[in-house]
Amino acid sequence: MSRSRDVRRIAAVLLVFCLTVSALLLRQLDRVRSGATLREFLYISSPKLVKRLSLGYEGLLADIYWTRAVQYYGGTFHTGGGNYELLWPLLNITTQLDPHIFPAYEYGATFLSAKPPNGAGIPEKAIELVEYGIQHNPDNWRLYYDLGYIHYDRKDYSKAADAWERGSRVPNAHPFLKILAAQAAQHGGEAETARILWSSVYDTTHDKNIRLNAIWHLRALKADQDATEVEKGVQLYRQKTGNYPQSFRDLVRAGILRGVPVDPLGNEYQLDSQGHVFIADPDNFPFVEKALPPGFVPRTIPRIPPAK
Amino acid sequence: MNSRIYNIAANTFREAVRDRVLYNLIAFALLLTGAAVLVGQISIDIERLVVINLGLTAVSLFGVVIAIFIGIGLVSKEIDKRTLYTVLSRPVRRWEFIAGKFFGLTGTLVVNTLCMAAGVFASLLYVSGHLQGSDRGVVVALYFIVLQFAIITAVALFFSSFSSPLLSAVFTFAFFVIGSFAEDLRGFAHMTHGITQWLATAAAYVVPNFSALNVINQAAHGEAIASQLITYNTAYALVYALAALSAATLIFDSRSLK
Amino acid sequence: MAAIETLGLEKTYSVGFWRKRPKRALHPLDLTVEEGEILGFLGPNGAGKTTTLKMLMGLVFPSGGTARILGMELDDPRMKAQIGFLPEQPYFYDYLTGRELLRYYGKLSGMDSATLTRKIDPALERVGLRDAGHLQLRKFSKGMLQRVGIAQAILHDPKVVFLDEPMSGLDPMGRREVRTLIEGLKAEGKTVFFSTHILSDAEALCDRVAIIHQGKLRGVGAVEELTAGVTAQVEIVWAGTSIPASLRALGADCHVAGDTVRAVLGAGHQDVVLETLKSEKLRLISVIPVRTSLEEYFVAQLGTDTSVGVTQVGGQQ
Repeated sequence: MSRSRDVRRIAAVLLVFCLTVSALLLRQLDRVRSGATLREFLYISSPKLVKRLSLGYEGLLADIYWTRAVQYYGGTFHTGGGNYELLWPLLNITTQLDPHIFPAYEYGATFLSAKPPNGAGIPEKAIELVEYGIQHNPDNWRLYYDLGYIHYDRKDYSKAADAWERGSRVPNAHPFLKILAAQAAQHGGEAETARILWSSVYDTTHDKNIRLNAIWHLRALKADQDATEVEKGVQLYRQKTGNYPQSFRDLVRAGILRGVPVDPLGNEYQLDSQGHVFIADPDNFPFVEKALPPGFVPRTIPRIPPAK
Repeated sequence: MNSRIYNIAANTFREAVRDRVLYNLIAFALLLTGAAVLVGQISIDIERLVVINLGLTAVSLFGVVIAIFIGIGLVSKEIDKRTLYTVLSRPVRRWEFIAGKFFGLTGTLVVNTLCMAAGVFASLLYVSGHLQGSDRGVVVALYFIVLQFAIITAVALFFSSFSSPLLSAVFTFAFFVIGSFAEDLRGFAHMTHGITQWLATAAAYVVPNFSALNVINQAAHGEAIASQLITYNTAYALVYALAALSAATLIFDSRSLK
Repeated sequence: MAAIETLGLEKTYSVGFWRKRPKRALHPLDLTVEEGEILGFLGPNGAGKTTTLKMLMGLVFPSGGTARILGMELDDPRMKAQIGFLPEQPYFYDYLTGRELLRYYGKLSGMDSATLTRKIDPALERVGLRDAGHLQLRKFSKGMLQRVGIAQAILHDPKVVFLDEPMSGLDPMGRREVRTLIEGLKAEGKTVFFSTHILSDAEALCDRVAIIHQGKLRGVGAVEELTAGVTAQVEIVWAGTSIPASLRALGADCHVAGDTVRAVLGAGHQDVVLETLKSEKLRLISVIPVRTSLEEYFVAQLGTDTSVGVTQVGGQQ
């Protein structure tokens, strides 16, 4: 039956070959179609319509849209596109289909309100999203946490304190909600409050993008804090000698500093003749507010570098 | 060899045409396109959009249903009813039989698509009075739909070669649904780790990618479709169908008939 | 060259879902069929006849052994162009008409259009379907399906014809027609291999028979050869109604009908009986050797297993 054996051998070879080639072609197709899929995702951008078309399988569809939202953000995030215009509709549809997908609210709170290129920059929509979530899940303390975060980010400290206060009254709420509420009410704009907030985000989130975001905020806070401390030392030097120090070596020689200060990225801080301390590479160091070179105008707003 | 494949294909075509199921579905699809015209009149300025979207979706879905209904009968039914015995006792190789069935059904679906396409274009003319250059996209969309049919037919043949008619229909339908969400499957795979990621990624590549073949929305909006896309999609459909047919041949060639 | 030759051809199935038990459908079979002969493949239902045929047709793959038809391998397309097959209880594409079906099969067997056009009507005529060529097969009766099945098996003028239960579904007239047809095939020099469980047909038609039971070959040979093994008997008829006591003692099977006695007994006792009749002054009417029927041979071979659908002589079915 050698003829049959030949046929089978050829069929087997063809099968393996064709599957391999088809996989390669799929990758090519991806490249050609890069934006197309997303626009197709939102061919139907009305959540009500999606719900009606889902024929009762809302849960599955919600999961699919949530996955797409993550992929979308991840993809755009890392290619530095900076355009998150589809994030809101994706999260909106996801939560309309299934109001209990909690990671969606956390995502929305973080990345809808963050300014481009790190987010969509539409905090009103973020608020709308999380308020919707609270409406459907009044006993979930995280949502109040997320809401407070959005207000805090907009520097609306009283509303942030309010949200955290509400959240702290929910049964099984995390104890730091009370702490955050108190901090925000009394020391709203202070660095310490920000540090507590970002540490709490870092500690409690499961999402690596959000954690990364928190790390950079904490680094920026550290840089600002370092700059403030070192500038105090500069003033001390000036009081002692009457002049601004030429370099950090002067401060070390004066016993004010122990060594040349290094920022959280490992670069040496810079010192100018007016005694200002700032980071060496502001273009790649987002969220820094104080430790910036004087007159620094970013060409583009620094974005979060991708995780290593 | 060619004449045998041609004869089997022609016979399959004849069987499909004489099978009354086909006529009902075509009528139904035409009805749907007519409904689109109605809907289009209710919403101003988007009649073209609705006609093309609804019409092409109907062509696609109904074609898939026909492909599955008839496709499953291709081999399973023949074995069940033993019409295969008198064919295979002749100088017909088993792979020629598979090839003939494939071409016969794909040919049927092409003819079917042409009929339904005529209906879509007729509604379009009715609704907007003229055809415009951007309607070229509709032709491309239809071409992609035919490619989709080729893949479904090959997959149906594959399952037919070893399962009962009912199971083949179920599996082929499942492949169609999963294939429509193939990109999401790859997204899911991306989010998992370890063994699950391997398996999910493998599955995402093995399952046919139908979202790449769906340009209905673009056609409806009159957008141009990249020629590169056409080339790659054609290549992908052919290669994938060939893979499914090879697998079908491999199985069919190795099994004893009951 | 033998038309059909099998060497140790066997088939074992695995039965059962979890623990697979082997089920032997066919024990190793050695069988040779010469060109131009008609071989009857006899056996009760489930004996392995259809399994053997399916293996020869390449529909089922053997578990062991080899076979050749016209000296060629079982998957050789050149060989397949020269054989015809009628499966058991055939079912054809019911949306085709008789003519379309034959045309389709003819094309698959490599016949060209012109030849087909010439041959289709005569083939239909030969199987008695001359007026039904235009009807769709879904309107055919069982008997008509059987006939068109035979037509597709002989349409391309094959050298070897395989028929699985060719008489099934036919009334006595139909069976006679098929018998005539098979004889006609032999007259054309074709080899015919057919399986059946109707013994009278086999007896009438076959040059040789092969008897198979429970997957094993129980005997091969010409009918006379096989039946010769069974004790030969003789039938003696004489006038009157008296039966000599000595004859009864011999174990003769005696019947009185009207004013004649008919006795059947072993041929070896023939001379003794004739002597006895002479001495008793009984008038002898006839002495006829009884041809042992195939049925008796069959029954003898199959031992006590006679309940499995063996058809009686005379063909009542």
